[in-house]
Amino acid sequence: MARAVSTRRQVAVSILAWVVALAIFFPILWTVLTSFKTEAEAIASPPSFLFFDWTLENYGEVQERSDYFRHFMNSVVISLGSTLLGLLIAIPAAWSMAFVPAKRTKDVLMWMLSTKMLPPVGVLIPIYLMFRDLGLLDTRTGLVIVLTLINLPIIIWMLYTYFKEIPGEILEAARMDGATLWSEIVHVLTPMAVPGIASTLLLNVILAWNEAFWTLNLTAAKAAPLTAFIASYSSPEGLFYAKLSAASTMAIAPILIIGWFSQKQLVRGLTFGAVK
Amino acid sequence: MGTITLSKVTKSFGSTEVIPPLDLEINDGEFVVFVGPSGCGKSTLLRLIAGLEDVTSGVIEIDGRDATRIPPARRGLAMVFQSYALYPHMTVAKNIAFPLKMAGVDRKVAEEKVAAAAKVLNLTDYLERRPGQLSGGQRQRVAIGRAIVREPEAFLFDEPLSNLDAALRVNMRLEISQLHQDLATTMIYVTHDQVEAMTMADKIVVLHTGHIEQVGSPLELYNNPANMFVAGFIGSPKMNFIGGDTASAFGADTIGVRPEHFAIATEPSEGAWEATVDVSEHLGSDTFFHMHSGHGERLTIRSVGELGLKHGDKVYVTPDQSRIHRFDANGKTIAS
Repeated sequence: MARAVSTRRQVAVSILAWVVALAIFFPILWTVLTSFKTEAEAIASPPSFLFFDWTLENYGEVQERSDYFRHFMNSVVISLGSTLLGLLIAIPAAWSMAFVPAKRTKDVLMWMLSTKMLPPVGVLIPIYLMFRDLGLLDTRTGLVIVLTLINLPIIIWMLYTYFKEIPGEILEAARMDGATLWSEIVHVLTPMAVPGIASTLLLNVILAWNEAFWTLNLTAAKAAPLTAFIASYSSPEGLFYAKLSAASTMAIAPILIIGWFSQKQLVRGLTFGAVK
Repeated sequence: MGTITLSKVTKSFGSTEVIPPLDLEINDGEFVVFVGPSGCGKSTLLRLIAGLEDVTSGVIEIDGRDATRIPPARRGLAMVFQSYALYPHMTVAKNIAFPLKMAGVDRKVAEEKVAAAAKVLNLTDYLERRPGQLSGGQRQRVAIGRAIVREPEAFLFDEPLSNLDAALRVNMRLEISQLHQDLATTMIYVTHDQVEAMTMADKIVVLHTGHIEQVGSPLELYNNPANMFVAGFIGSPKMNFIGGDTASAFGADTIGVRPEHFAIATEPSEGAWEATVDVSEHLGSDTFFHMHSGHGERLTIRSVGELGLKHGDKVYVTPDQSRIHRFDANGKTIAS
């Protein structure tokens, strides 16, 4: 039964929700607004909110100074590549843990998650040296490998939770119906888990797109994605807020748009299995 | 052909032995029901035959061929699950055709087989629907359809009716029995419901804690139960068990009398036991009386038609002497 809520309470809660939402969104809004200001207006005090001379100058300069499209393509390749490679490894892994669990499966899952708790900087030097020796520094391949490994625990956990929701009897029925392991995964499990796989894919593309630690430390120029593109604007020449904002806006725009259109799918993905 | 032979089959999960060494012979075309209380190992036994679980030791032969290590798909058996286990993303037609697709059957032939199965099961109008749009009974029919098209050596049913409501259950029970008559294929059916077992089976296998307690036709089990467990499990309401001096008088540790094998009178007579009515259950066709006897034993007595006895009435009940079952201290039947 729904609880009775008074109108006043409803209004108060709505206002609170809006305030919190705006507070979270404000930095992004401010960045976008600043990107349309001149450098002088960007650091003016008191700052002007909407009433300034709107200009697209920053965007032009940013594109001129550094190649946005190349960084964008690097981001696309790295985030999609690491997610797809991750799914390829994670689907069979999650299948085995969900449907043929061993005594220590839970421990393995916890152990995988625990690797996410390790500060990445702790393994920076060994990985950097390995990458140097293998010639993987500043390559897309290198970043795809590193981001796959970083996000694999999350991909496996998400898929594991989805697969757990699929009744094992359906897979047994497929086995009785003559399906091989391969056809069982392709014809029965994957189609049933499509919503789960889709939201795992989306979330991981976003995580990989936003990843800054490894992408900044393991790239120089060739394979640099958009995170490096933004970072290049806080350079020895000083801070140019307006240009930095323009670069940031261009970097986050694609992922913001994807996130906006797929929010339903994402929320479902994150809460799936929590409630039936 | 669908002969299935189990020799010294055992199953353990870790150190827990759920099926101790077990032998069983299932003949071609037989309708065999595995029955027993929950946790007795009946579903495990079925899954061992299906190949969904590996036997710990022993041999399973299907048509004289050792099938112990053959994967489920190649045993030539079809299974209908309790939860129906339909593929939710496929239409009814695709669900039924799935085993044919896996076997690489030509699409034209598969379509014909699906149409034929759908006709038998009254599913022709639903072929393009998805399982989510069907009722429980229709879903169960789809699951059966999926089993039929494979033309298996034997059908395995794992409590297929327990998710259906009472009325539908009776209908489906008849439909499955009819199907067995038409196909004359071996069927193994698992249930905890002894009524299903009695009404459908050619042969009942009563299981208890992984052991086979008795194998026989429904009436053999009803008339000549091998022990107290079978006597108590087969028949509804349950057999009355009476111990103490009453049993000793019959040269037994415990005697058993079925509720329908008593005569009720309001006057005392030779060999009658005095009892007091606690509860009467009127079903119209029958009346069940729950009573306690002068010695304090609880009795359930069935009387045909309506009999107007009520709480606290004193009556005299006489067991049919030829229908008294005698058991020794271990619960085994004493041969008469």
